[in-house]
Amino acid sequence: MTQPRSPLFELDDIHVSFATPDGPVEAVRGVSMQIARGETVAVVGESGSGKSQAMMAAMGLLAGNGQVTGAARFNGDNLIGQSKRALDRIRGAKITMIFQEPMTSLDPLYTIERQIAEPLMVHGGLSRRKARARALDLLELVRIPNAKARLGAYPHELSGGQRQRVMIAMALANDPDLLIADEPTTALDVTIQAEILGLLADLQTRLGMAILFITHDLGIVQALADRVYVMRHGVVVEHGPTDRIFAAPETAYTTMLLDSEPTGRKAPVAPEAETVMDARGVTVTFTTPAGFLSRPSAPIHAVRAVNLSLRRGETLGVVGESGSGKSTLGRAVLQLLPSEGRVSFLGTSISGLDRSAMRPYRKSLQMVFQDPYGSLSPRMTVGEIITEGLLVHAPELSAKDRDARARAALQEVDLDPAVRNRFPHEFSGGQRQRIAIARALVLHPTLIVLDEPTSALDRSVQKQIVTLLRDLQIRHAMSYIFISHDLAVVRALADHVMVMRDGTVVEAGSTAQIFDDPTSNYTRRLMRAAFDLSTVLSEQSVART
Amino acid sequence: MTDMPPLSAAALPDSSSRSLWATALLRLRRNRAAMGSIVVLILLSLAGIFGPMLSPHDYARVYPAFVKVPASVEAYPRAADILPAAEQVLTRARLTPDTIRLDGTVLTVTASASRPIDPRVTRYLDRSDLFSNARVTATAPDDLSVTMQADVARYYFFAGTDANGRDLLARILISIRISLMIGALATTVALIVGVAYGATAGYLGGRIDSLMMRLVDILYSLPFIFFVILLVVFFGRNIVLMFIAVGMVEWLDMARIVRGQTISLRRREFVQAADALGVGAGGILRRHIIPNTLGPVIVYMTLLIPKVILLESFLSFLGLGVQEPLSSLGVLISEGAKDMRGAPYMLLYPSIALTLLLFALNFLGDGLRDALDPKDR
Repeated sequence: MTQPRSPLFELDDIHVSFATPDGPVEAVRGVSMQIARGETVAVVGESGSGKSQAMMAAMGLLAGNGQVTGAARFNGDNLIGQSKRALDRIRGAKITMIFQEPMTSLDPLYTIERQIAEPLMVHGGLSRRKARARALDLLELVRIPNAKARLGAYPHELSGGQRQRVMIAMALANDPDLLIADEPTTALDVTIQAEILGLLADLQTRLGMAILFITHDLGIVQALADRVYVMRHGVVVEHGPTDRIFAAPETAYTTMLLDSEPTGRKAPVAPEAETVMDARGVTVTFTTPAGFLSRPSAPIHAVRAVNLSLRRGETLGVVGESGSGKSTLGRAVLQLLPSEGRVSFLGTSISGLDRSAMRPYRKSLQMVFQDPYGSLSPRMTVGEIITEGLLVHAPELSAKDRDARARAALQEVDLDPAVRNRFPHEFSGGQRQRIAIARALVLHPTLIVLDEPTSALDRSVQKQIVTLLRDLQIRHAMSYIFISHDLAVVRALADHVMVMRDGTVVEAGSTAQIFDDPTSNYTRRLMRAAFDLSTVLSEQSVART
Repeated sequence: MTDMPPLSAAALPDSSSRSLWATALLRLRRNRAAMGSIVVLILLSLAGIFGPMLSPHDYARVYPAFVKVPASVEAYPRAADILPAAEQVLTRARLTPDTIRLDGTVLTVTASASRPIDPRVTRYLDRSDLFSNARVTATAPDDLSVTMQADVARYYFFAGTDANGRDLLARILISIRISLMIGALATTVALIVGVAYGATAGYLGGRIDSLMMRLVDILYSLPFIFFVILLVVFFGRNIVLMFIAVGMVEWLDMARIVRGQTISLRRREFVQAADALGVGAGGILRRHIIPNTLGPVIVYMTLLIPKVILLESFLSFLGLGVQEPLSSLGVLISEGAKDMRGAPYMLLYPSIALTLLLFALNFLGDGLRDALDPKDR
């Protein structure tokens, strides 16, 4: 696409700084970019690169301690420094935004119809009937199945993908010229992500608006964007047409982003290795008991009769979309949830053991959680977090011994042992995940259940964590149960893969077999959405025309 | 493969480590109202602790001669009152005053009579409430005139005196002590019981939680005044009962707040992580749940102290609280309110003290809330 004379939206030398107790922190340092009418532009960068803050500043949505200089011109009008009232004429009408989290962006107390129709009535001056008709149109436009029935639904009745569609419908309500999509698919499963991206591409060709796509994932950019801006540390390090960026990146940073899919494969274990974990017919059913005035709700079968077996040093990858029961399975195996079936660890049955009977085994069975922000207690130092398990399992150790163990564990995960006295909020996501791994390692476990340990991290950090996990496994002969929806990571780590859907195993086998020769349609769809996004998107648009 | 710096401590910010508490304190320090409140609170606490010791008047001492004297920086009795009183005494002793002079606390009188004067004439001066230690310093050779000296006790009542003739300033100081003590102790009781109870109920959940919270509901439904009257009837009037009564009521709110916090914390991953480590219920409560509920708890506490002080004032106002001669700000205000027109200072000064105390605590509570939860502003 050629550069038009006057861009639709233009950032000119935007600087954003935040006042903190330690003095101002510059988040964005002189960012300039242009978007032409009808163009799709992607802004790519890892977390903390300032990509979202630059847009927020342009839209007047900065946090209270933020300060912005520079100019953000929309059709030639500078948005920065305008009154809220003046901004509101543009925000929500000419420029609309969709955000990452579809769960929290909708008001849980409003029906879908009201969420979409109310702005139409207030800003657009439509009558109730017209607004309703328009809401229905919009829902059909974003391809929500059975749109008419969905008008009366509440947000919690919709799936994550559907909620994101509703958000897009709301953003489109006033026929915007520019849609800013801030990580719109990060919280979604790969297959849903493909659908949403396809929808956005389709809407753009039909409605002719410009789309500004903010993302950390270069993979999804290739299929969508005309041009790409790569940001790092608050500056644009590289920009240009998508094809050029992908074919011949100029900076090492872009190369690294492009190359950040985890590589390498796990070496197989010796066939004579002992079986560490063996589970037969694991079933988890959730029921809410009958209350004082309420009947018991229908039981939910989260996991149905799953078998798994794991030898020392092996990794089992558990793959599936959200709601498939993979995390529940991981917790059930560790006896953190009441479950049926038989689970044995090193030949001893551990199923149904209560808290105190389970305690001796906890030392050998560890878990690492998805959210590195939530899994570390914010009021404890890193040293206290890491050594907490020792208080339980090795109470005879003195404070000095515990400290030595903490230092060793931190060294294992490539963190400076001097960080022991710091608090978790001072670390980045990747560093926190390393701390969480150190907490599991300090007890020298036999098996670690890793529940989406890389999902909340940037691609390049993911890669480092994957390498770390592989190294640690070899060094300590540990077994992993690796739960993830990210197929690329699973491929780099697992010996065996189990694909789950709706609580049951759809397909299981060796990693090579699952990835190269999947037998079930569901697995095939997952693979294609993850590794072949462009083809999926072009097929979608072909299917539509 | 990349030019990314390796993940290590080198990538960490250089500033020294700071806990969440330290950052909160930093934010608090920039809140002028909160910092001013802390200064006021420290001054009030010092006044409450040391004021009654340093005050020249005992809070229980009655000066029958000075009932309801207004607040003044002048010493009592006033010079204008002393001289006529001295004259009156001399007349009663059948002496003719020649000169009457007042130098600070010493009264010097020169008097004469038609008959020789007996040195025991000083007793007339001593008999008066105003004078003490009267002595003859010089006698004329003919015994017809005499120079006497007597000490005059002069008192300063900067805040006036109450209806019984007790120094109001001393009473305000002791009241601040009592009010702060009740505030601090009852709040501590509420804090300890409420946090332990709420965290246990919230963490254990299920049937135990239901049982524990129903007990709270039952206690809630007891009428507070009825409860206090019962306590007073059975155990007599006692300041300890005040703590128990107020604490018994206030821990219920605290337990509910902590329980709510705990229920949301229980679902957090770091609690699950501790569970997966095999940490027992006690350890999870102690190390994970309670420290993380402390933010809202501390804020609630700073707001609870003024509430408790008001409750105590209310009880004292009704006559169920502290007993004479001890006093509390509520008692003083209730006494002052009885004679608002005749002696407005009796209402004014205790009210100023209470208002200062409550404002300072509320500003501090607000400041802490903002400092501990900056996102919520």
